[in-house]
Amino acid sequence: MNLKAETLAKIDEVITHYPVKRSATLPLLHLIQEDMGYIPEKAEEWIAAKLEIEPINVYEVVTFYPMFRRKPIGRRHIKVCRTLSCALMGGYKTCEQFEKEFNTHRGEVSPDGNVTIEFVECLASCGTAPVVLIDDDLHEKVDCAKAKQISDQIKAEAKKR
Amino acid sequence: MADLEQRRIIFKHIDEPGYSNDIACYVRNGGYEVLKKSVLRKPDELIDEVKKSGLRGRGGAGFPCGVKWGLVDRKSGKPIYLIVNADESEPGTFKDRYIMHQDPHQLIEGTMISCFANNVKQAYIYIRGEMPHGARILEKALAEARAAGFVGKNICGTTYSCDIFVHRGAGAYICGEETGLIESLEGKRANPRIKPPYFPAVLGLYQCPTIVNNVETLCHVKYIAEFGGIEYAKIGTPNNTGTRIFCVSGHVQRPGYYEFEAGKITMGQLLNDVCGGPLPGRKFKAVIPGGSSAKILRFGERYKGKRKVGADMVDYDWGVEDVPMDFDSLGMVGTMGGSGGVIVMDDTVNMVEALANINAFYSHESCGQCTPCREGSLWMKKITTRMVHGNARSEDAALLKSVADQIPGRTICAFGEACSWPTQSFIAKFGDEFKNYPESKKAVKPAEAQTLI
Repeated sequence: MNLKAETLAKIDEVITHYPVKRSATLPLLHLIQEDMGYIPEKAEEWIAAKLEIEPINVYEVVTFYPMFRRKPIGRRHIKVCRTLSCALMGGYKTCEQFEKEFNTHRGEVSPDGNVTIEFVECLASCGTAPVVLIDDDLHEKVDCAKAKQISDQIKAEAKKR
Repeated sequence: MADLEQRRIIFKHIDEPGYSNDIACYVRNGGYEVLKKSVLRKPDELIDEVKKSGLRGRGGAGFPCGVKWGLVDRKSGKPIYLIVNADESEPGTFKDRYIMHQDPHQLIEGTMISCFANNVKQAYIYIRGEMPHGARILEKALAEARAAGFVGKNICGTTYSCDIFVHRGAGAYICGEETGLIESLEGKRANPRIKPPYFPAVLGLYQCPTIVNNVETLCHVKYIAEFGGIEYAKIGTPNNTGTRIFCVSGHVQRPGYYEFEAGKITMGQLLNDVCGGPLPGRKFKAVIPGGSSAKILRFGERYKGKRKVGADMVDYDWGVEDVPMDFDSLGMVGTMGGSGGVIVMDDTVNMVEALANINAFYSHESCGQCTPCREGSLWMKKITTRMVHGNARSEDAALLKSVADQIPGRTICAFGEACSWPTQSFIAKFGDEFKNYPESKKAVKPAEAQTLI
């Protein structure tokens, strides 16, 4: 496990927040996913050892919560809200626009590796539908034109790399 | 129109120009003064104020907060925990997001007063995983409050100490259910626990007595501690005290969040006068008044019965527009105030497709431990999706109803009810649309109609 020193420090700190170590399972998974981009199998074993639980205890958590992933994704993660309020305002069209822009399908990494597009359930910003969460940032009222504009920006940033 | 003024007590500073989420701004606006006074009072006195206020939980169930606190086992000798339920996930609900992002110290002050009242030494804020900025803002706010002596050791110079930590979820709706949330906080799958025996007030986090309150509820506690329970109870209507934040989304001119005294505004006033009515050229068709699991209301239907006004029983005959927005009135017309998430649909929406969207949500979010819910939610999704994208049959309505009817009352938690109520109510109110769907789906759709599934 090649974790950044900063991640390791945060891990040791967060474990102290709980009287029972196992409670730190979700925080550790978040920290490791932020560091490595996904949760490899060896990370499950590493967390289990760290928290003095069995690897299965970590595995069952990783497979239960939608935000944890066991495979790498594209450089940017585009999560389009699928649920009713966003759908009523055109969320499906927004998702299709992103798919078109990056020549990919929801749930897949785009051929250029730039993005992974996903449909997710309610992001709790229904008043500004349709909403899209890109990495950590929420984008509001994303109609097709705005989806195109955001896509162009992502593509331009990718070119600079 | 004067009576349609918002009464902003919780959202007082939301979207206020120049108001920032740091402690300096909060203190400048009188922040933490209530906490300073509260820690000099007797904890029982504060609990009593909350009981007198009639405050009902703002997360969805509307359970009286004072009663919840009264159920806490204080004789076990075990520590008492408080968890802030910030796992705002009920479709249509988006009020807590703004409190946490724009006014986090209000939540921290309300939480700390509640902790002091209940002799809590450790609290957690369980925030949904999809709000990473919210988690960071809360962590920064907590660090500021800790440095200023409002959180942590010797609060406001007293002998009372209590810490608060932020705990992030990871995308599971069921973590909003309090026992599922507790399992999740213990580092496990969020499978809700069976009650009895696992009432959080007795056997909650780490098998200790635990209070789980919604973000907005705890902000109300701060207000109650400041002005007193009796003053608070003067806001709103009897048994529906205080204000309510309505989150309006879907097909209205001005969607958004609006805070009004509970029961002092009707659905029609909220949607037409406050939110500007339907989009141009369209008509309201249906509204879900309290988050997506609340039963749907159909415009044009009437609700009749008797209700208590003061000491008298009075006849009522309401259309959807006439229903006062409070827990009891919405309950009387067969739905619920729930979390305050009002989802509006106009005449471009096909109800089979809207239900298919909702069913896909619940099927995705069932934790899977109870068979009726896991299988039932999946089959309701499969049937409605097939109706839209495959072969629709006129007998599907009866089939859907039979699946939905077999779920509620047969599951560990209320998700069973939550996932079956949409199907039951859509079919009860729009049965004709379901029966005719095999024919109507062949017709040309209105240009504005959106794909819903």
